Formats: sequence, structure tokens, C-alpha cells
Amino acid sequence: MTFLEYAPAPESRAILQLRDEYGLFIDGEFRAGSGASFATISPADESHIATIASADEADVDAAVAAARRAYDKVWSRMSGRDRGKYLFRIARLVQERARELAVAESLDNGKPIKESRDVDVPLVAAWFFYYAGWADKLDYAGLGAAPKALGVAGQVIPWNFPLLMLAWKIAPALAAGNTVVLKPAETTPLSALLFAEILQQADLPPGVVNIVTGAGSTGAALVRHPDVDKVAFTGSTAVGREIAKTVAGTGKKVTLELGGKAANIVFEDAPIDQAIEGIVNGIFFNQGQVCCAGSRLLVQESVHDEVVDRLKARLSTLRLGDPLDKNTDIGAINSREQLDRIRELSRIGEEEGAQRWSAECAIPDRGFWFAPTVFTGVQASHRIARDEIFGPVLSVLTFRTPAEAIAKANNTPYGLSAGIWTEKGSRILAVADRLRAGVVWANTFNRFDPSSPFGGYKESGYGREGGRHGLLAYLKAAGAPAAVRSRRGEPTRSKKADS
Amino acid sequence: MTSTQLQTLSERAVALLGGEPDDTTLRRYLHGLPGVDAVGLESRAAGLGTRSIKTTSKAWALDKIIQLIDLTTLEGADTPGKVRSLVAKALTPDAADPSCPRVAAVCVYGDMVPYAIDALGAAHGDPDEGGVSVAAVATAFPSGRASLGIKLADTAEAVANGADEIDMVIDRGAFLSGRYGLVFDQIAQVKQACRREDGTSASLKVILETGELTTYDNIKRASWLAILAGGDFIKTSTGKVQPAATLPTTLLMLEVVRDWHRVTGEKIGVKPAGGIRTSKDAIKYLVTVAETVGEEWLQPHLFRYGASSLLNDVLLQRQKLATGHYSGADYVTID
Repeated sequence: MTFLEYAPAPESRAILQLRDEYGLFIDGEFRAGSGASFATISPADESHIATIASADEADVDAAVAAARRAYDKVWSRMSGRDRGKYLFRIARLVQERARELAVAESLDNGKPIKESRDVDVPLVAAWFFYYAGWADKLDYAGLGAAPKALGVAGQVIPWNFPLLMLAWKIAPALAAGNTVVLKPAETTPLSALLFAEILQQADLPPGVVNIVTGAGSTGAALVRHPDVDKVAFTGSTAVGREIAKTVAGTGKKVTLELGGKAANIVFEDAPIDQAIEGIVNGIFFNQGQVCCAGSRLLVQESVHDEVVDRLKARLSTLRLGDPLDKNTDIGAINSREQLDRIRELSRIGEEEGAQRWSAECAIPDRGFWFAPTVFTGVQASHRIARDEIFGPVLSVLTFRTPAEAIAKANNTPYGLSAGIWTEKGSRILAVADRLRAGVVWANTFNRFDPSSPFGGYKESGYGREGGRHGLLAYLKAAGAPAAVRSRRGEPTRSKKADS
Repeated sequence: MTSTQLQTLSERAVALLGGEPDDTTLRRYLHGLPGVDAVGLESRAAGLGTRSIKTTSKAWALDKIIQLIDLTTLEGADTPGKVRSLVAKALTPDAADPSCPRVAAVCVYGDMVPYAIDALGAAHGDPDEGGVSVAAVATAFPSGRASLGIKLADTAEAVANGADEIDMVIDRGAFLSGRYGLVFDQIAQVKQACRREDGTSASLKVILETGELTTYDNIKRASWLAILAGGDFIKTSTGKVQPAATLPTTLLMLEVVRDWHRVTGEKIGVKPAGGIRTSKDAIKYLVTVAETVGEEWLQPHLFRYGASSLLNDVLLQRQKLATGHYSGADYVTID
């Protein structure tokens, strides 16, 4: 026996009490959906987890109506301190049920339990705690005294961090006094539905949060619903662009958090062993299915070979397999569709002439898997240096001078995040200043905190989530005119309100 | 180790350093090493600490930990009687289970070496061959504040008394004031003093006393310095200074050993000492060794725990694994 073949250490699924079927969560209770229901599966073995209801336009309409009623009659009249109490209660319940939520997330998404347990779920609680504290302090958000909520927020979230993205959306919206209709991703609805149970447990007034499951059409119906005052979306740039078109001219406020192709810049004086860890965490965290992943590694030519050698040695120690095993480092890709995209772009990378290297690991027979992969010899003109792969695939490029590193890092339609590795503090500041990216990490990567704003430049979207900035996306100044609702329910605004 | 090998050793150091091992050359070399980011190092160590070692892996790990322990007593109050008691414990860790493996070595002050050897009798030998070695601390342990002559005499006497391994301390004052040449020279001379009349040598463990070096950059440089000067093992601490061994520090030293192996093909040992008291902690170190330098290092000539109370916690865990329930402090023996 070799020690490194650690005996299986699976987290027990017994803690999870799942129902066979889940309905839509509207007005504080679960109800059947009118659309054709669908199955959610485990990407690790393609096994059936539960049957999920699908919301059609009428269901979305009912959810928005419930949110509007809750806004008018309860939530907008409640004091900030009382809203805060609910948020604190939700945060505590998330902590109490942390293990259950982590197991559900890993089961439905395919991410390793150590990530859902140590990153996702603790951050979810942190987000609710953070915004709970804001609820009675909105006067200090920067908009002057007594800022007002926007009304009903329609929120559409992705499958890569299902519960965390839910928290990023719901926590600031509720703290600011809005009510919510949220649509989880089609492949990962499970944790949002468990979260709905937590809302019931917390006695949150009915209609304040509504969760409508379904495919893209459900999200589209929500986004274009006339009684929605605010649209928040995290997902692909293509869908984000559609949403921007849909809401243009309607007076709805929008925040979009879209794709990325982050540069992780390693200078020759970097702390090398920690930089290797940072590269690994940057692109192989959550199987690389992270919008801010450090998917382009820019290495100074003088240390390129050493960095690549050390990186490959390190990647050979990663453990791919059962997401519920506590020793798993690399879990499953979330869906067959995503796996196909990763395979396709990797094939293109080889055709374009980059050298492919994949860690040797046993790939399970069933489920969606992709071994950690590094492309060296990637040029700025290659597609794998341009397109967001959203998978465990790293493209390695080189540079000679800091100026070249900055130019290459910025040479992308995206601008969500970037990383800098150097022991020289002044270089960190100088380079960070010139990177067009919403988040710049120095000697670390993929670190998140509720007090820090997150968002992108260019095609990575607009608006910020997190921190005080994230709160502003759900508030307007006391003097701003309210939306005037026509009898059809279509909100119209005076020109002044849009300025 | 023969004198020709020692010769090669210093020649190799000169080749690697690009000059004689004086303050200037060593400074240029050690300060040219990539820096260490403390936050990153500690988070990597914490990550390794989350590995979940269960069932068969745990059983293997517990036995392996016992085989890697330097069972230690380093008190002013040590007596021949105390040393005999320690040796008895080293030979039969679990009185109730004859299948329990022996520890790698006992670690005592130099003047206690004859009593340890006497008590071990026929069991005195290489841990690879089922024996138990005798390690002696030397060079004015733990402070190292004595003249070089005294340090060398201290070492030579312990070797002459039959010590298989010498645990020396570096001159931390000299290191912190940048006199790297002096530290190098002292290690190299102690290494010479480890030679026996028959041409073989006692194995040399170089104690960095990381708790006094305080920064990871210093610890990294001291590790390279100790290996360049001929140390067979690098050891974290004397156990007399806090903090003693920590997982990030040990990880950093293992990374140096891994890099040294890449450069020279040579395998250097690592010994965290002081503060490792529970099986749970000790397993984290095993994981860190296996995932940083490889499983090959999980053998007595390449990895040791310097510990005294750790052994009984491992025995309790071992009993728990065998019987399914916890016993208690009265079901393991004191030494």
C-alpha cells in the first residue's frame, strides 16, 4: 500500500433529507410549476437527484406579483433594524446547516466537498452577516439620508457557485429593502431550494424572496417582466448582452457580472512556491469554472521553464475524483455541455500549435471529468488565450518586461480580475494601477470577502457586488423620483430618474 | 561518511556558491533565493492539514509515526535511571501489544549516551534494521553560546561515547547578524568532529531554532546554509524556545530539501521537534512530507519527529483503532 492512496474519506450523504420533487418557491411556499419539470443530476456519476419544477411566464408573473405585494405591504415598511434581524437569522441558519448545504452543493454541482465546506458555505454565511449589518445603516451608504429601495429585483445566477451567487444577490437586495425573485441555474437548483427551506425556518415574510427554477426561458421571462425594477445577472457575456438589450429603455436598473480571461502575472522575483500554489488555486479551484479564474498565466521568460516544471510536478499531486470525498482536489465538470466546450477549446489549442500537457489521473467511467491541463507555448493570438474556457485549462504565455506584461494582460475584451506575483511591493502598486481589471490580487488569487467590491471592466460587465458598492446597486437617493407605474404595470420613468 | 566524501562535500558547496563560503559569497547566494510569502505558505500548510486520513491509511500512519519518533528527554534533571526508563519505553512502546513497532531513536544529552547504549544492549542499531539509534544533542545545546573549541569537544565526546546521531545547534546570533561564513564554518567543523576512528561518521542534524530566526525568509536561508555546510538533517527546534515546530515551517524546510534533491540528487532529512503532541498533528506532518517531497521520505533516515509526549497519544489512537474504543492515560505507560 502506498500512503498517498489515502483510504476513501467520503462525507456522509445521510445528513441530506431530499424530497423526490421540488416545486417553485413563491409567496413563502412551495407550489407546482406550470412548465415541464426536469431532473437535476449529479455530474460526478450522472445519477438522478431530484425532479425540479419549471416556471413558465405565468409562474414568473405570480412570483413577481408576490414580491410586489411583499414589497408594498411588508418589506418596504419594515425598519432597517428588523430587516437586519431576518438577515442575521438567515446567516445563523446557514451556519447551523452548513454541512447539509455543503453536501448538497457538491452533489449537485460536482465541486469537491472541501471547497463547498471551506469556501462556498462559509462565504454564504459571511455575506448575510455582512449585509445584515448594513440594513439599519443605509444612511451611511453614500447616497445621503434615507435612501430608498428600488422595489422588486429579478436575479439570475449561474451554476458555478450556486449558493454563493445566491447570497451575493439576495443579501444586499434584502438589506437595502428590496424584494426578490431569483432564478437559479438549470443544472444546479438544489441548494437554492434548500435555502428556501431556511427562509421558511427563519419566518421571512412570504413573498420577500421567491425562487423560480427552470431553463433559460424562465430567466428571460423574469428579466423582461414589466414589474421588475432591477435586474442582476451573473453568467456568460452572450446572455448578459441579451439582457442588456432586453432592459434597454425600460428604466430597469441593471448589474451584470460576466465572463473573464484573467491574467495571472508571475515576475521573476516572485515567491516561487507560493506563486505555484496561487497558479493552481487560480485556475484549478472549482475545476476552473470561475469567472475570475487566472486562466492566462503570464510568466517572465527568465523563470518560465522553472515555473512550468514546478507547476507540472505540483499538478501531479492533485487528486481527481468523488466530489464528496474529503481528500478530493478536483471534482467533476458541471455538465456534459460544459465538458464538450472545454474539450472543443482544448482541441483548438492543440491545432493552433500550443503544447498540451495533462496531469495523469484516472478518469471515472461515468460523469463529466477533465484532467488538469496546461498549454505552454500559447501566443496572444491563439483562441485559448482569448476565449473563456471555463474549465481546468491553463494557457501559459511569456513576457520580458513589466510594460509587456501589462500590455498583454490588458489585451483582452474582458477585465474581471488579475493577479500579480512579486516580492517587490512598489511593483505590485505600479502594475495594479495600470491593469484594467475589477479585482487585482497581489501574491494571492481567488480570495473573496463580503466587504470587498467585485465586478468587471469592458465585456466582464458593469456594476459592483460586495461591500458598500454592492449595496448601491439596490438603492436610490431619497430625492430620486419613484417609478411611475401605468395601469398595465409597465414602469415608466421621467427622464430625470434615468440620469 | 569518509574523508574523501567530506572533501567532495565542500568542493560541491564551492561549485554551487561560485566561490569560497565566506560572508559575501553566502550572502549573495542565500539572498538570491526566491522569497517566501508568509500568507501563501501558511495557507498551503493549512490546506495540507485538512487531509482526512481514515481507516487503513490511519492505521498505517500511526505505525509509521512511531517508527519515525526520536523519543526525547533533555532535562537538567536527567539521570541514568530516567534514561533507562526512556530506553525501555523506546523498545516496548505498548506493553500490551508486542506487535507495536519501536521508535527510531532516543535523543539525550551527550553525557547520557553511555547509559542509553548500555540500556539498549543488543537492540542498539540502525532503525532500518529494527534497531534503535542513540542521538545526542551537542554544541552547547540549546543556546549554542560557547566557543567553537568547546562545541567540537562536546560533539567529539558524544561520538566517542557511541552516539549514532548528533543534533547540533547553529549560532543564531551569528546568523541574524549576517555572519553566514561563521555559521557555515561551524557546521562544517562539527561535521568533521562527527567522524569516528574507523572513518565512518555520525549523522549530523542541524537545529536552526526557527523560533529565534522568526521570518520564513531567514528559515529558508538557514536551511540552505545548513545543507550546503554538510548537514544530513535539518531540524526545526531545540524544544526550549517557542514557537517550536510548526507545520508551515516544516513545509518550508521540506521544500528546500526537495529543491536540493532536484539540484544535487541528494536526499536530506527533516526533523520537526517540539510541540507535536497529538496523533492528529503528527498525521498532518506525514501528509505534508508525502505531498511535498514524496513518500520515499517517510523513513527514519529522512524524517523524524522530535517528541516525548506524542508517543503515548499515538498509542492511544492505535488502541482505539484496534478495539473500537478509547482507553485512557492509565493504559499507556509513562517513561
